[in-house]
Amino acid sequence: MKAFALYKKDWQSELRTRYAINALAMFILVTISVIMFSIGNEKITEYLTGGLLWVVIFFSAMSGLSRAFVSEEERGTTMTLHLLASPSTIFSGKLIFNLLLVFLMNFVITFLFSILFTSFIVKNVALFAIAFLFGNIGIAISSTIIAAIISKASSKGTLYPVLSFPILLPLILTLLELTKFSMDGNSIGGSLVEIFVLICYDVIMGTASYLLFDFIWKE
Amino acid sequence: MIDYTIELNNLIKFFGRRLIFDGINFSFSSRNVYGISGPNGSGKSTLVKIIADLISPTRGKVIHKYGEKKIEPEDLHNYLGFVSPYLFLYDEFTAEENLIHSANIRGIKFNKERSEHLLRELNLFDRRNDLVRGYSSGMKQRLKFIFALLHEPQLIILDEPTSNLDNSGKEIVYKIIKEESKKNLIVIASNEDSDLQLCTKVIELEKFKKQSNK
Repeated sequence: MKAFALYKKDWQSELRTRYAINALAMFILVTISVIMFSIGNEKITEYLTGGLLWVVIFFSAMSGLSRAFVSEEERGTTMTLHLLASPSTIFSGKLIFNLLLVFLMNFVITFLFSILFTSFIVKNVALFAIAFLFGNIGIAISSTIIAAIISKASSKGTLYPVLSFPILLPLILTLLELTKFSMDGNSIGGSLVEIFVLICYDVIMGTASYLLFDFIWKE
Repeated sequence: MIDYTIELNNLIKFFGRRLIFDGINFSFSSRNVYGISGPNGSGKSTLVKIIADLISPTRGKVIHKYGEKKIEPEDLHNYLGFVSPYLFLYDEFTAEENLIHSANIRGIKFNKERSEHLLRELNLFDRRNDLVRGYSSGMKQRLKFIFALLHEPQLIILDEPTSNLDNSGKEIVYKIIKEESKKNLIVIASNEDSDLQLCTKVIELEKFKKQSNK
């Protein structure tokens, strides 16, 4: 309930300041345009569009999701949050906000890919939906905890993708594999190992983040 | 009435290799106003931040108790009201929205009556629906007092409480301090003589630099 109140505060603040939404929208627009210009009339393979989808998602996440904590640090309101809630409430609130942003962002990116790239054809939609669901949760958890870490650093912009890359790499690799499977039309039963890897990643990152956040949050 | 007490046990704080203070032992209890004084850079703000659990001491302990119950650091925010020049509220919200959000995040019901009473007392009632972005520094300081007092805390920490305030603002703040000190514990970190005159006891931080002088 308290975490939801914090999320509501962040969402209302986001609608007024457009810190993250504008950055995300511009990044998605520019990246997809550049990809389309560079492809021109060439016919690209299904697998390549699947790979490009997650490349765009990764870099879009890097451009917008750090705002959850960085905007608080830049406005000097980190202490205000300290005085209002416990660390676990703060992490949960920021995570809910980032989950919403990730799902919104990835729906838009996937929708644009499906209408702009003719070779982006998913044969097993249910498998893609499972990968999409757990992948988004993983991206949201990882980017939230990394945002908390880098918000205390001086070179925030550079540090975020650098720190995110090794942490998100296992997730992105698994998602690439599952996207490939869903494009091939593989069954969910045949992709269980990858799905479990995805779920394990989410659980491990979630648990580690909650345990670590107390130490990160306090100076 | 349940007493709120704080015990500082051998507090030491270093920033890098620079000693800020060494070996502070002190007890605070309800219905008192304590002052923390010292020249610039003596560690007044650092000490109040440590008491409020916003930063950790290098060594030593701060124990908060409400009656016999020891307060865990993750629950401290429920008992604490904090005002300082380095505390910022959300510029993109109005004063009232800031107060509503703060009550919701604390998990308590927004007390409109108390909020309006405090807004009136600190002369912000007519501007309650204006964005904080448009407030003067003195108005922001007044709003911080409402933010700190809305949830009726047992411990009120005021770091330079009268900074940016005009004379009428100072009078209002002094009145609030006197009123709150009848039931709560108040700690003031300041160099202003008029602020320290309200205090029953004053800690002079210069006395706690013995190690660096050796």
